[in-house]
Amino acid sequence: MNNDTFIIGGHEFNSRFILGSGKYSLRLIEAAVKDAGAEIITLAVRRANTKEQENILDFIPEGVTLLPNTSGARTAEEAVRIARLARELGCGDFVKIEIMRDSKYLLPDNQETVRATEILAKEGFVVMPYMYPDLNMARDLVNAGAAAVMPLAAPIGSNKGLATREFIQILIDEIDLPIIVDAGIGRPSQACEAMEMGAAAIMANTALATAGDLPMMAAAFRQAIEAGRKAYLAGLGRVLTRGASASDPLTGFLRD
Amino acid sequence: MENQFLVDSEYLSPAALDRKHRLETDPSSRVDHMEYMPGMERIESDVCTKVLEQMNAYDYTSYTARDVQAALEHETCSVEDFKTLLSPAAEPFLEQMAQRARLETSKHFGNTVYLFTPLYIANYCENYCVYCGFNCYNHINRMKLTMEQIEKEMKVIADSGMEEILILTGESHAQSDVKYIGEACKLARKYFRMVGLEIYPVNTDDYRYLHECGADYVTVFQETYDTVKYEQLHLMGHKRVWPYRFDAQERALRGGMRGVAFSALLGLSDFRKDALASALHVYYLQRKYPYAEMSLSCPRLRPIINNDKINPLDVGEKQLCQILCAYRIFLPFVGITVSSRESAAFRNGIVKIAATKVSAGVSTGIGDHESKYSGKETDGEAGDEQFEIDDNRSLDKMYRDIAGEGLQPVLNDYLYV
Repeated sequence: MNNDTFIIGGHEFNSRFILGSGKYSLRLIEAAVKDAGAEIITLAVRRANTKEQENILDFIPEGVTLLPNTSGARTAEEAVRIARLARELGCGDFVKIEIMRDSKYLLPDNQETVRATEILAKEGFVVMPYMYPDLNMARDLVNAGAAAVMPLAAPIGSNKGLATREFIQILIDEIDLPIIVDAGIGRPSQACEAMEMGAAAIMANTALATAGDLPMMAAAFRQAIEAGRKAYLAGLGRVLTRGASASDPLTGFLRD
Repeated sequence: MENQFLVDSEYLSPAALDRKHRLETDPSSRVDHMEYMPGMERIESDVCTKVLEQMNAYDYTSYTARDVQAALEHETCSVEDFKTLLSPAAEPFLEQMAQRARLETSKHFGNTVYLFTPLYIANYCENYCVYCGFNCYNHINRMKLTMEQIEKEMKVIADSGMEEILILTGESHAQSDVKYIGEACKLARKYFRMVGLEIYPVNTDDYRYLHECGADYVTVFQETYDTVKYEQLHLMGHKRVWPYRFDAQERALRGGMRGVAFSALLGLSDFRKDALASALHVYYLQRKYPYAEMSLSCPRLRPIINNDKINPLDVGEKQLCQILCAYRIFLPFVGITVSSRESAAFRNGIVKIAATKVSAGVSTGIGDHESKYSGKETDGEAGDEQFEIDDNRSLDKMYRDIAGEGLQPVLNDYLYV
């Protein structure tokens, strides 16, 4: 367990909890990072691109890796422009691609996401695409140069948990990149379950932002994620069997 | 008791008075409000029919407390549930509605509240809308800012820290044409992160031009979706054409604008029907243009210069709160703006429930930001206000007050892409 790190784009991380920075008070960011034990924090480039006296960038503690996201992008081209702006703003080379053509559910557009991933990976970005969990698209993302794949568990902000459980499991089983479960995780137990399934990390924001005590919820998530990871490493059997199982043995006709 | 909108100015000539009185008293002297005027673009759209059918069939007295309870239990709010939540039967459930609305707001927006300010650059108007301070028969100080004056105003506002601006004009094609507004947008992009427009409706090409000039969000208030009442209140001018106004948001989106805002002016007609129609206008357009950003406002009638008796009638604060909670539960993803027409106390309360955007440092007059922001007399002339505001808080004060409520004020969350 001591060396249970994971690697994204050549960078090694100990914490498997990626924290969001939206939807809550800037003054709580530092406490949230600390109590979450987070080493990566996401932020919307559009929110950082401000003259405000209180710039969100100033509230993120030293030493934490910034993961700027492209929220607001509706096409690959827009996402690429936002990613480049993030670099100019000094946010580093990591980028989380978020491309939505739907203002209601904010569901990601996988096709545009693959296109943006390809362009940005070539430009040297560490590309972490947010996607709807589709195996074919995930393979395309791998080929496009993604550094991780971030499937959604449920609609963003919904706190509904692992609504796409089966499909995330397929990605975990088939894709040779870290699978980071993003969006929809509403409570620590759901984060724990995703980690037991073999997810590499969890990204959460709304679940914390809407909690009564944000730093305490950050700590709860941290513990749940660590517990789930330990269970996975300890060799927990699959809780659900996947695929069909016939009630009568198919081989029952065989005679010795 | 109905509002008494009609006021005769002593400055009007006998001929003008005669024309005004004829418009007011003789419907046959008014043009057909459902007929497009020359030059107005007509687009193919079924949104209007859908909204009007629902609104006309809406009998809000038919709902019961049981319907309201059921609506509040449903995980997603259907159109029928929304109608229930807008009905009088839901009034006793206001606290439960507020709790639910707050939950939905926090899921989609967390605890953030966006701040913006309007900038009126001209108050000339060719319309006769009887409740509006800018109407062409109202005797007020008219003014149109030059580009130098606009830039000066923008500097004052930008210096206060504001990053989002909403540019407004009266509805005069002659005095404030599209080119003039476009130039103002170009200036605004120098000083602000986001530029919105609230001007007379224009054709798709003009929206495209204004978008290229830097505007990215268009607000058009339909005032009332009750076409008969609309006809009785908007007696003259381009604004009289109801359907052209209705399709404005759709033309704006086709012209490339990123987002559009909607509202009825509550108190003009049956507010429950108008609230239903406003939200359905958003709902159906969102289904057609799913990538567009949408927001709703909720203005109530306010007193104007030369008529301080105008008021929102039966739309009290409780009714307004009910409407906003219902909007939020039905359309959890849309922005909801509450303007300075409302009191500081109301705005402080509603941002914790449903509103996501409030204005600060507001003037609805023309060219008076420096004097209003600094408190000192300036030599420049100023044009009169469109209506009286209630909440006079500056950006600094608003920022502190919002933060004091445990919320996070946000000055910019917008990117031109």
